[in-house]
Parts: sequence; C-alpha cells; structure tokens
Amino acid sequence: MSDATPAAAKPVEAIASAVDRRKEQSHWFRFYRRNGRALNAFLALVLVWAVFAVNNPVLFLNPVYYNAFLFTVPATIFLTTSLVFVIVSGELDLAFPSVVGAAGGVFMYLVVLEVPVLAAFLVTLGFGALIGLGIGAIVVYGKISSLVATLGLNFFILGLVNLLAQGRTISAPDAVGTFGNRLLVGKWELFDTGLQIPNHFVWALAWTVFCYVLFKYHRFGVRVQLVGDNSESARQMGINVERIRVGVFIFSGIAAAITGAVLVQMANMVWFPTSGKAYLLIALAALFVGGTPTWGGVGTIFGAFFGALTVTLIPSGAVGAGFAGFWTDFLFGLVIILTMVAHRFSGARVR
Amino acid sequence: MSGQDAPIVELRNIVKRFGNVEALSGVSMTVRKGEVLGLLGDNGAGKSTLVKTLAGVHDPDEGEIIVKGNARKPWTPLAARDAGIETVFQDRALAPQHSIVTNIFMGREITNAVGLIRVQRQIDEANRLMREIGFTSKVFNPESTVGHLSGGERQGVAIARALYNQADVIVLDEPTTALSLTETQKVFRFVEAVKASGRTVVFIGHNIYHVWEIADRFFVIDRGREAFEGEKTAFTGADHLIEMMHQLAETGKADTDTLVNAA
Ligand SMILES: Nc1ncnc2c1ncn2[C@@H]1O[C@H](COP(=O)(O)OP(=O)(O)OP(=O)(O)O)[C@@H](O)[C@H]1O
Ligand SMILES: [Mg+2]
Repeated sequence: MSDATPAAAKPVEAIASAVDRRKEQSHWFRFYRRNGRALNAFLALVLVWAVFAVNNPVLFLNPVYYNAFLFTVPATIFLTTSLVFVIVSGELDLAFPSVVGAAGGVFMYLVVLEVPVLAAFLVTLGFGALIGLGIGAIVVYGKISSLVATLGLNFFILGLVNLLAQGRTISAPDAVGTFGNRLLVGKWELFDTGLQIPNHFVWALAWTVFCYVLFKYHRFGVRVQLVGDNSESARQMGINVERIRVGVFIFSGIAAAITGAVLVQMANMVWFPTSGKAYLLIALAALFVGGTPTWGGVGTIFGAFFGALTVTLIPSGAVGAGFAGFWTDFLFGLVIILTMVAHRFSGARVR
Repeated sequence: MSGQDAPIVELRNIVKRFGNVEALSGVSMTVRKGEVLGLLGDNGAGKSTLVKTLAGVHDPDEGEIIVKGNARKPWTPLAARDAGIETVFQDRALAPQHSIVTNIFMGREITNAVGLIRVQRQIDEANRLMREIGFTSKVFNPESTVGHLSGGERQGVAIARALYNQADVIVLDEPTTALSLTETQKVFRFVEAVKASGRTVVFIGHNIYHVWEIADRFFVIDRGREAFEGEKTAFTGADHLIEMMHQLAETGKADTDTLVNAA
C-alpha cells in the first residue's frame, strides 16, 4: 500500500486507512479476548479502591496509608500466583498453609542455629520443594483426589509441626537487621513521599513476573495448561502428565516456603506454628477474583496478582473508608460474586 | 524380502484387556516400509485400541512391539514419537482452550536452551505448515483457539501436527470422518505425498471405497482378532473386499479362498 502512485493515492489511502482501522480494532479486540480476565481483575481492584477513595479521599490519597498494605500484601501475592499453576493443571492444593508454617519453622530453626539468613532462606526453599514433591507424589501416584489428599495433608503437616513445636514459638531477635534480613524484608522510602516500600513487595513483583514468564513462555507452564485443558490429549502427545502434576505441587511448595520465611521476618523473626493458616481462603479467593477459572487449562498470573491486591485491600480499606467492621465479610462476598459475573462475560469454557 | 517390503513396525500377539473386556486377543500385524496399510473392521473391532498400542498410549497386557528391528520396552507415547511414529487419534487429541500453534507443538515445543518457547518461530512454522496443507481460511490464523474451529478444521490441525515432523510412519485413525468431499481428497493427496516420499501410512476408515482408493494392503480385524489380510492385488476390486467384510459381519468368518493368489 505504501508504494501507491500519486494519481491513485486517494482511494488507496482510504482503503489503507480502513484496513488499518480494522486491524487496530481487531488488535484491541484480540487484546481483550486474550486478557479479558486479567483486565476484569484489574478493573475490580480499581473499582474497589475508587469506592473506598470516594468515601474517604483524604486517607486513600495519602501515600502513607499504603505502608501497611504494601507490607502485608506480598504473602498473598506469592501464594496466589503460584496457585494459578495448581488450579490450571486441574488440581487443588489445600495443604499450602501447613507448608507455610512448617517452612517458617525450618527457617527459624536454622537462624537460631546462627545459619546466615540468606543461606537459611535457600535451605528453606529446598525444604518447600521437597515437601511439595511428597505431596505431589501422594496425590499423583497414589491417584487420590487432590482436594481430599491435600485437605488431609494440611491437617497432618500442621499437626506434626505442632507436635514438634509443643506449643513453643521460636524467636531470634539477634538476626533482625542482618544483611540477609534487610535484603529480604527491609524498607526504603519512595522519593520523600512517606511511602515505605518493603523489599519483600519488590520480591513479590519479581516473583509475579517470573511466574508470568514461566506460565506463558516456558515449556513447563505451557504443558501445565495443556494437561489441565485435556490431560488425555497431553498424554497421547507424549507429555509426561504425572511429572507435570508433581511439578506443580513442587512449585506450590516452593512458593509456600518463600511465604513462610518472609512471614516470620515480617514478624521480626518470631515464628508460631500456625502462621500460614489465615491464608487458605484469602489466597483461593484472590485466585478466583483474579480470573483463573475453576475448570483448569487456562489462567492468568497478572489477574492473580490483581486479585491478591484486591482481597488484601478490602478488609483494611473497608475500615478506612468508614464501613463498620461487620461490613467486611459482606463486601468481600459481594466483590467475589461481582467479579465472577464479570469473568463470565469474558467467556465460558471452550470445548 | 526387498528393502521396500521390510517391516518397519511389527506388533506381535498383542493382548489388551480393559477390565473384563478383551479388546485385543492376540493380534499380530506387520507394517511394511513405504506402504499404505488399510486397517479395517467393524465398530468396536479393536482398531483404535491397536493404533493406541502402536502409539504407546496403551501398554499391552501381552505381546511385543518391534520398531525398525528393535523390541521396544518401555513403550510410551514419547518413545513412539521419538521412534518416528506420528498418530492422528480418533478423538484428535487436541487442547480446545488453546491456540492452533500450541496444539501443533504439543509435547514438541520449539524451545531455547532453558526451555523458553520460541514463540515467533513456532508461529512461522505453523503458518508454513497450514499453507502447505491448504489450511488458509481468512477467519483463522495460528493463534485462533482450537475450540472455536469446526470439526473438519480441528481434524486439519491434528493432521498438520502429524505431518510436521516428517515422521517415518503416520497413523491416521478415521481421518476423513466429518470431512467434505474436497477435504477428503486433500487428505488422500497427503497420504499419497507421504507415500511418494518413501514413508509409511496406516489408514483406518469405515468408507471402504475410500480406503480402497489409497491403500496397498488391507488388514481386517474382527472382535479383537485378525480376520484376514491381503494385498490390494489379491482382491478383484473394492466390491470384493466389501463382500468379504459382509460375510465376516454375518457369519463371523470370511471366505479367504476367494482371494487371488491366496496362500
Ligand atoms: N479405554 C477403554 N476402556 C474400556 N473399554 C475400552 C476402552 N477402549 C476401548 N474399549 C473397548 O474395546 C473395544 C474396541 O474398541 P476400539 O475403540 O478399539 O474399536 P474400534 O475398532 O476403533 O471401533 P470404531 O470403529 O467404532 O472406532 C470396544 O468394545 C471398546 O468398548
Ligand atoms: Mg476407533
């Protein structure tokens, strides 16, 4: 089209621009078709925030308000983005809260033994991978429904940790402020705004990008999606379906271990066995608000990220916006249901 | 036996049971290099079970699988693909929520050293393949979702995937069901092209005239057992083969004495 002769320029230009317009539309259309669920999750976050901000603009436009938010949200981000892999593969993991607790214990045990924080952190990741391998092997090779198996394992692991801990907490005040500790959970102020950025929020962002690349562009992530879409097809095409499924639980174990090690450091190096318990429903809610459907095969990492922000914002934000405390559950449920309806518009399951 | 007739795949005494159902009761089938073998039989005869055994999907309860002269154990879908056997399964083995390109490279992703998918390369290859196959409708491209395609188009994706690797043996389980006349002719042309390049095809179909048109040899199974086999030249025509299939269905036995040069 670009080398049209001057004489024919006008009609050709008209056609060219029409073609360009159509291309443009289809480009945006395709972008929405492809990312509708993540966009819905983002809109849900913006909407929830806007409702709060309208109710109390002074509070919600003040950067300092978000210090606590940025401090607490990373745990949910780590867990939710990794759960995407589990749900997309067609499995369910209800055991991650116990792994969070157990991993935090392992981490603190090592720190008390004066292992440097970073080394203890790496060992803890290995522990998470190992325990994930165990859970995955039981589910996949034992051919047990992952819902039931991980529900049982969650109690089992939590119980085991409780037995070992005998109700004790572990603390290591000396390790607070060491290099590794500061690298993992230290804070810095953003341009004199009063907004304190915690390093674990930065790590959570990096983790999200890592998950995104792994999910969308790595062989492992693509195979997770294919196994969840149609495991028999995947098997017939030579994909080792069992190995992918176990891999998903290993990944979830690693994320839970990161969360466990971060949580104890957020609590100034104090561990108690049930530290992961609160995250079970929060992380699952974040996942579904984030637009990953329950049926497997497809999901969105960035959607999960926005979902994590949303479910963290609701309880604290509701209070800040002047809703009485007992509104929280109601708002929570309302947001979940409304986002589910919105996601429904982005398409039902394709068969 | 000349090089042309050398067996490329041999299934020996394959027994496959599903619970109490014995789908295959000791079938031995040889596929020769460079031929088009027509695999025939009634619904439920065990054709797909045999094909899935050949493709490594089913682990036979008894029997041996010999590919290019070597007994293979363990025999898995990956092992079969690595050995140069590509299969278009009866159920097409697609992932409907994913794109054409993702489906074409399922289990065979083009990646770099750390396993990251070379997205553009895969799209280019899929484009080339689809053009080659004549799969060039304006409404879809390599990034279209397979679940939005018509039945025939989905079959096209499965066939494209099987053709991609230039595999030595291509197994097609009812590739022409649900295809229009022109699309069916297209599939025949692929089969002929594969054969012309010295490679091997196993073709399953219920339309005997179709199978007659392209196969060099026929292998007929009946309720999990071999009923009869024969070169195309052993039959006087498609109607002869059909007549024998009718006999088989009605009496449980076909009169193999009518075969020309019957051994
Ligand atoms: N996975 C399975 N589980 C149980 N039974 C099976 C399974 N697969 C096949 N069968 C049984 O084995 C027998 C042979 O089935 P198969 O699919 O091989 O037949 P087919 O010759 O391909 O038939 P069609 O022409 O209808 O495709 C049937 O009785 C079928 O019910
Ligand atoms: Mg069949």
